Amino acid sequence: MDDAVFLHRLQFAFTIIYHYLFPNLTMGLSFLIFVMKALGLRRGGERWNDAARFWIRIFGINFAVGVVTGIPMEFQFGTNWGRFSRYAGNVVGQTLAMEGLFAFFLESAFLSLLVFGEKRLSRIGHFFAAAALFAGSWLSGYFITATNAFMQHPTGHAVGADGVLHLADFRAFLFNPWAVAQYAHNMTATVVTASFVVTALGAFYLLERKHVDSARVFLRIGLPVGLISSVLVAFPTGDHQAKLVARHQPVALAAMEGRFESGRHAGLNVIGQPNVRERRLDNPVAIPGLLSVLAFGRTHDEVQGLDAFPPADWPDNIELLYYAFHIMAGLGTILIGVMLLANLLAWRGRLEGTRPMLAVLMLCFPFPYIAVTAGWMTAELGRQPWVVYGLLRTVDASSPTVHAGTALFTLLGFCGLYSLISVLFLFLVAREIGHGPGHRAAAASAVSGPEVGHA
Amino acid sequence: MPEIWYAIAVVMLTAYVVLDGFDFGAGALHLFVARDDRERRVILGAIGPFWDGNEVWLLAAGGAIFVGFPRVLSAGISGFYFAIFLVIWCLILRGISIEFRSHVGNPVWRRTWDFFFWVPSVLLPVFFGAALGNLLRGVPLDRDGWFSLALFTDFSAREPVGILDWYTILVGIFAAAALTAHGGAYLTWKTEGVVRERSRRAALRLFGAVVLLWPLVTVATSRVQPEFLSSLASRPVAWIFAAGAAGGLVLAFASLRSGRDRSAFLGSCAFVGGLSLATAACVFPVMLRAIGDPSHSMTAANSAADPAGLSTALRWFSFGFPLAILYFVVLFRLHRGKVAAAPEGEGY
Repeated sequence: MDDAVFLHRLQFAFTIIYHYLFPNLTMGLSFLIFVMKALGLRRGGERWNDAARFWIRIFGINFAVGVVTGIPMEFQFGTNWGRFSRYAGNVVGQTLAMEGLFAFFLESAFLSLLVFGEKRLSRIGHFFAAAALFAGSWLSGYFITATNAFMQHPTGHAVGADGVLHLADFRAFLFNPWAVAQYAHNMTATVVTASFVVTALGAFYLLERKHVDSARVFLRIGLPVGLISSVLVAFPTGDHQAKLVARHQPVALAAMEGRFESGRHAGLNVIGQPNVRERRLDNPVAIPGLLSVLAFGRTHDEVQGLDAFPPADWPDNIELLYYAFHIMAGLGTILIGVMLLANLLAWRGRLEGTRPMLAVLMLCFPFPYIAVTAGWMTAELGRQPWVVYGLLRTVDASSPTVHAGTALFTLLGFCGLYSLISVLFLFLVAREIGHGPGHRAAAASAVSGPEVGHA
Repeated sequence: MPEIWYAIAVVMLTAYVVLDGFDFGAGALHLFVARDDRERRVILGAIGPFWDGNEVWLLAAGGAIFVGFPRVLSAGISGFYFAIFLVIWCLILRGISIEFRSHVGNPVWRRTWDFFFWVPSVLLPVFFGAALGNLLRGVPLDRDGWFSLALFTDFSAREPVGILDWYTILVGIFAAAALTAHGGAYLTWKTEGVVRERSRRAALRLFGAVVLLWPLVTVATSRVQPEFLSSLASRPVAWIFAAGAAGGLVLAFASLRSGRDRSAFLGSCAFVGGLSLATAACVFPVMLRAIGDPSHSMTAANSAADPAGLSTALRWFSFGFPLAILYFVVLFRLHRGKVAAAPEGEGY
């Protein structure tokens, strides 16, 4: 791989990972806000409306950063991956264009009504704005997942006489089984993230003994939704996704598991370090037979190792793929455990008295972000060396006229700009958390008094 | 079918220029027509509910070009790589300026964001104008349909060309003047009192500059690209759009003078939109003009996506496009009337 392709990959990886930190929260949070607004419609649901009002402010900041960091994602298909766009544009252009038309317009039209419209709209009207944001952001998620699913497992296409892909069957492309599975897995993961964030803040306020009533409302929704979603992320959605990988990308599964040799009764490696040069897993700790079961359903099923495939078709960064997959799966398991324990304590009415558990909940919120990032790294590194699986190699997909130095320049530009945005983002979110729920005017009396400057 | 998608792409881009154009213009003017925090919040309140949706037209237009003409999209934006990222960074900076400003009341915070809102609001119209200039002048497409352009060379508009030369900069300045005037007309319509009066005067002056620049740019275009005027002469539809633009300009002028604010903005929309449509009608069917060997040019016919893909896309497009229009109608109706500064915490 030459430098330019490497830098194009690094830039895309950096900008997409950074971008996705925000939609990852806002998609899950839009669901929770929708639920809060629905509960707020009932008689006496005012505390749910108050909670929604606070989370809409957090949502607004996250959504704004998600919107602006999403702009380069759309462009980079063409700027950095020109040969991919030319090869697959007939097909993936469909979903990318549909995302703009069906999802982005919907979201943008209702965003300001959700964030600033509570007084202008009726109760039902504001609930409707929350529903529109929920629908728009989840629709957007589907179109982009379907685009990615085509790259993972192409369906509905034909290779034309002109050497590029043509759309042969729109429904097969749009309802790619891979897209459906990946969407279910991914969207449940966004709900996990949002639940952990809502729960963490509730735990924080309880530990601080501030905004205690709001904190209880946060835990009331965050704990059960967090438990259900973190279980669903593993089973059935994650399990189903793993079986698809086993069937359609066996070489990726072998690399994810650090499995260099084929055989029956494949064990699941829980710990170990892939040693690609020696073609073995160093210091492995495995659960016997479990990989065979997870991949195909029976312990004696054969699971192919990397030795079954030509090295040219191996994912090109086996170590990173292996670690990413294990971090995702490991953190996913830990998150289920945390939620189980917290729900158990809450059910027995002992959560608020168990301060160490509150501390754990408060500190756990970064882990869903890490797990989601690692999960996407697993998907994208596992797809290598292909950009469209089995059809177009990544080395043949970049823009031919963009030099390595230019790509490095723009990558560094993004690093700088996004560092700045991170600082501002954290400052604003910390301010909102400091103000807490019930603080209606974010920056009361604007320029009139010097006391407003505090964070 | 490729002709239909050419038209769709042009309509989407025109909608983008008309809509995001007014909030670019508002951003370019706000430092001058709004002098204190309350006045600036009026400006942000006037564009706040719309700017994000307006920008979606750019992404949607890009999507339409992608689905209709993948070859054009891939060659076009990889060839302008450097300039595209300048545009992206400006769009990011502008977006966070609008969205972050209202969260903190500190005057230094707010004035800082006012400045970072202003800079890209001036630069982006220049960039988009220069991009149009590049499309009219032509780019060095090779036989495989790729090109790469330096940001500038010797500014001569002759080979070897750069993205910026005297001609593309002239188009950029013209675009900036036109869109800033357009933003002035919008602010005149949506605000009242002293902000409206300043916006109205600024719009009148800028439209005056536009009247001077328009013939100059047209003459320059015919020198750089002689085909442009000959196709203008032979295409009545281009004349109709150009006449619509001129009529819009007259209407904007007259209405700004007589205080009919809404028709001034509508006239301004007709001017900006008519200009965009007339230009597209003149260059049709060329999408990316090759400088040097005209056989390398990408046209609607030789670079369209496959027919099955185009007709599939037309089906969902004819369902989704009216939806997008509907959202905007609802949004403009919900936010009709003159804008006052929102109370702190309840608006921009």
